[in-house]
Amino acid sequence: MSAVVGARPVRRRRLSTTAIVYLVLVAVVALSAVLVTAAGKSFFTAGNLAAILTLMSILGFVAIGQTLVILAGSLDLSVPYVVSTASIVGAGIMAQGTAGILPGVVAALAVSALIGLANGLIVTRLRVHGFIATLGVGLIISGWLGTSFQGSFGSAPPEFRTIGATLIAGVPLSTIIMLACAGLAALMLHRTRLGHHLYAVGGSAQVARLSGVRTQVPVVVAHVLCSTLAGLAGLLLLARTSVGSPTIGSQGGYDLMSIAAVVLGGTLLSGGVGSVLGTIGGVAIFAVLDNVMSVLEVNPFLKDFIRGAVIVVAVALYAWRSIQRRPPRFRKEAGA
Amino acid sequence: MAAARPLHAPVLRASGIVQSFLGTTVLHGVGLELRAGEVHGLVGENGAGKSTLMKILAGAHQPDAGTLELDGEPVSFASPIQAQRAGIATVYQEFNLLVDRSIAENVWLGREPRRGPVVDRRRMLRDTQALLESIGAQGLDAGLPVRQLSVAEQQIVEIAKAVSLDARVISMDEPTAALADHEVSLLYRIIERLTERGIAILYVSHRLREIFDLCTTITVLKDGTHVGTWPAAELDERGLVRRMVGRELSAFFPDRPEGAELGEPMLELEGAGNGFVDDIALTVRAGEIVGLAGLQGAGRTELLSGVFGADPFTRGTMRLQGRETRIRSPRQAVRAGLALITEDRKGQGLSLSLSVLQNALGVVRAVFPGRTGAARQAAPERLAELALVARGLDQEVQFLSGGNQQKVVLARWLAVAPRVVLLDEPTRGIDVGAKYGVYEVMRRLAADGVAILMASSELPEVLGMSDRILVMRDGRIVGEVPPTSSEEDVLALAAGAEAEAAA
Repeated sequence: MSAVVGARPVRRRRLSTTAIVYLVLVAVVALSAVLVTAAGKSFFTAGNLAAILTLMSILGFVAIGQTLVILAGSLDLSVPYVVSTASIVGAGIMAQGTAGILPGVVAALAVSALIGLANGLIVTRLRVHGFIATLGVGLIISGWLGTSFQGSFGSAPPEFRTIGATLIAGVPLSTIIMLACAGLAALMLHRTRLGHHLYAVGGSAQVARLSGVRTQVPVVVAHVLCSTLAGLAGLLLLARTSVGSPTIGSQGGYDLMSIAAVVLGGTLLSGGVGSVLGTIGGVAIFAVLDNVMSVLEVNPFLKDFIRGAVIVVAVALYAWRSIQRRPPRFRKEAGA
Repeated sequence: MAAARPLHAPVLRASGIVQSFLGTTVLHGVGLELRAGEVHGLVGENGAGKSTLMKILAGAHQPDAGTLELDGEPVSFASPIQAQRAGIATVYQEFNLLVDRSIAENVWLGREPRRGPVVDRRRMLRDTQALLESIGAQGLDAGLPVRQLSVAEQQIVEIAKAVSLDARVISMDEPTAALADHEVSLLYRIIERLTERGIAILYVSHRLREIFDLCTTITVLKDGTHVGTWPAAELDERGLVRRMVGRELSAFFPDRPEGAELGEPMLELEGAGNGFVDDIALTVRAGEIVGLAGLQGAGRTELLSGVFGADPFTRGTMRLQGRETRIRSPRQAVRAGLALITEDRKGQGLSLSLSVLQNALGVVRAVFPGRTGAARQAAPERLAELALVARGLDQEVQFLSGGNQQKVVLARWLAVAPRVVLLDEPTRGIDVGAKYGVYEVMRRLAADGVAILMASSELPEVLGMSDRILVMRDGRIVGEVPPTSSEEDVLALAAGAEAEAAA
C-alpha cells in the first residue's frame, strides 16, 4: 500500500536557510576577528561586543517589524519616518521632565501604531500594494516633519537617557528589549493562529481565503506591529541622542536596510517563507560588518560597496538553492 | 440533522439549476442527485457546464435559478466557505495548498487546534497523521512541506483536508489529470475508503475508463442541458460517448494514412543525457509520430526538455536533419526548427492575460521578428483552421476553455513552421471533441513531413496515434513496441520487471 506514497528517494533534510545565515554570521565574525587582530586591535573586547550589540538593536526593531510585513506579502517603506515621528513625539512630551516619560512613550507608540493602522487599511481596504501605500504614507509624514520641525525638537530627561546607556551583563538594555520583541514575534508567528494565518496570507491569499481565513486581519496586524516596533526604535534613538530629530530615521536608511536584513535572513520578498530568527541573523551580519569597518576605518564608500556585495551574494545563493531543489538522477560522469 | 437517514437517501440534490454569465446561459435547468457512499460520474464535453455545476455546488457561483437541498433541507451558499462548512468539499485541478507549509498546517489552515491561546502543534501533527492513515496514505509524514510532495501526494492532502472538514460530499475535478497510472490506483483505493465512510463523491473526468471503473451512476451534460443520469452498468464507452457528443465517433483517433512513406531522419539522439535522463538513443523520421510512454517521473518530460535545450544534454550527440547540432537553449532550438508544446499549458505554454493574437505570435515575434508581419496576416486563417472558438482574436486566453487554449498553443508553434514537433501531454484536460482536433493536427503535420515526438500518460492515446512507441523507465529508454501492442505490454515494460528494479 505504501509502495506508492512515500516511495521516493529519501527526502533529504537540507540545511535550512536560517542555518546558513548563522553559518555566514560565524564566518563573518571569524574573518572580522582576524582582520581586526591583523590591524593590531582587539575584536573580542567587552566594549566592542557591546558596540556591535548596540548597532544591532535599532535596525533589529525595524527589521523584526519588516519581517512580519514581508511575510504577510506586503512591504513597509514608511519606517524611517515613523522612527523620526516617534522620536519627535516622545521628545516633545518628555521635554516637561521626568513626569513626561511614560506619557511620551505611550503617545509615541500610539502615533506609530496609528500610522501602521493607516498603512494596513490602505493595503487591505483600498487594495494599494504595500510598496506604494507605505511610500505614499512615508512621503506624507516626511512632508509634515519637514515643514513643522527644523532641526532638533524637545528633549529627553536623564532618567530616560539611561536606557540608552545601561548594560546588563555586558549586553545593552536596548538590545535585550529588541531580542525580547524578536522572541515575542517568533512566538506569535509559530504558536498562534494569527501567525499561521500570516504565513498563509503571504504564501497565497487565495488559498487562505478559500480555507476560511480572514485575509485582511494578518496584514493589518503586521503593519501595526511593524510601525509600533519602528516607534520603539525611534524612542531608543531618542534615549541615545537625547533630542527628537525629524531626520534621524531617514539618515539611518532604515527602510531599505531593514528590507535588506530581512532578505539576508532568508525571508522571501514575496512573502510566506521566512523567520524572525533569520532576520536577527541578517541584522547581526550587518552590525558586525559595520563595526569592523569602522574599527578598521574603512572609507565609507567601500563600506556601502561591501554591504551591497553581501546582500547580492547572499540572495543569489538562496535563489540558486531554490533552483537546485530537485536532485539530478544522473551525475555528469554517469554513462552507458 | 440527527434524524436517521434511510440508506442511499440523496445527500445533496440540485434541481432546475440555471446559470448565465454575461447574457450567455451555460446551464439550462440542470439537476443532480448525490447519494451517500456512491461515486457519481459527471461527464460531458468542455463547455457542457460540468465545471459551472461543480462550482455552484462548491459555493463559488450563485445560480440564477434552481434549488440545492442538503439532506432534504434547502440550502444556498454565498461563498465557498459556507459550502465547506455545510460539508461540501471540492478538490480542484489547481490545488489550494500552501506549498511552503507542512501537510498538517495545510489541512488545519483556518481551524488550527489550540490549547489555551497557542496553537497545539503536536495535536495538529498527530491528528493529521491519523487522518492520512485513515484514508490509506500511510507513507506520508504530516510534517513534510507540501513543496516536497508529488502531485498525487498533494492531491491526497487536499482530500485529507476535505475529510477533516467532515465533508459529506467531495467533488473532484479531473483528479487523475496529472497522475501516472500507478498513482491512479492509489486514488481509487482512497475513493473506496471515502465511500465506505458514506461520503458521496462527484467525479468529473474526461477519462472514460475511470468513469466506468469507479462510478455507480453517471450523469451526462451537453451544452448546459441535462442529457440524463444512468446507472453505470447500463452504459458502455461507446454509448456514453454518443450521449456526450450526440454523435457516434467512428474512432477516437483519426486513421493512419494508408501507405504513407517515412522520410529522412529529422531528429537523432545517441547516448544523450543530462541530470535527469541517460543514454538516450532514438530516431524520429519525417512524417513519423513516435510516442513516449512511461510512468510519471520516468523522464519523458525531461527528455523533451533536453532535446529542446531547456535542460540541455550534457553528453551524447544530437543530429537534426542529419547535421550534428548542439542545442543549449530553447531559443537555439526554435531557430533549429524545433517546437515544444509543454504539458503545463497555463504556466508554460501561454501568457494568460494576453490576447489570442498576441499569444499566437509570441514565438515568431521573439525568435524571428522579421516574420511577425507575415505571421500576423496568416494568424486568422491558421486559427480558423484549428477551429478555435473565441469571441475574437483580441480575447484574453485565460477566458478560453482548455481545448481552445491548446489550439492557441498549437497556432503559436505552427507559426514558426517547425520541422520537429515535441508534444508533452498534448490533450491533458481537454474534452473529447477538442482531443480529436489535436490528433487531426498531428496527422496533418506528419503528412506534411514534420517529425513528431509525443509524450503522453494516456496509453490509448500513445497506442492510437504513434507509429512506434518508446517506453521510458527511470530516466532511460527501456524498449520499443509497435502500436499494435496492448496497454498491458506497454505498462509491463514501463513498470519494469522486478529483477531489474535494483537500480
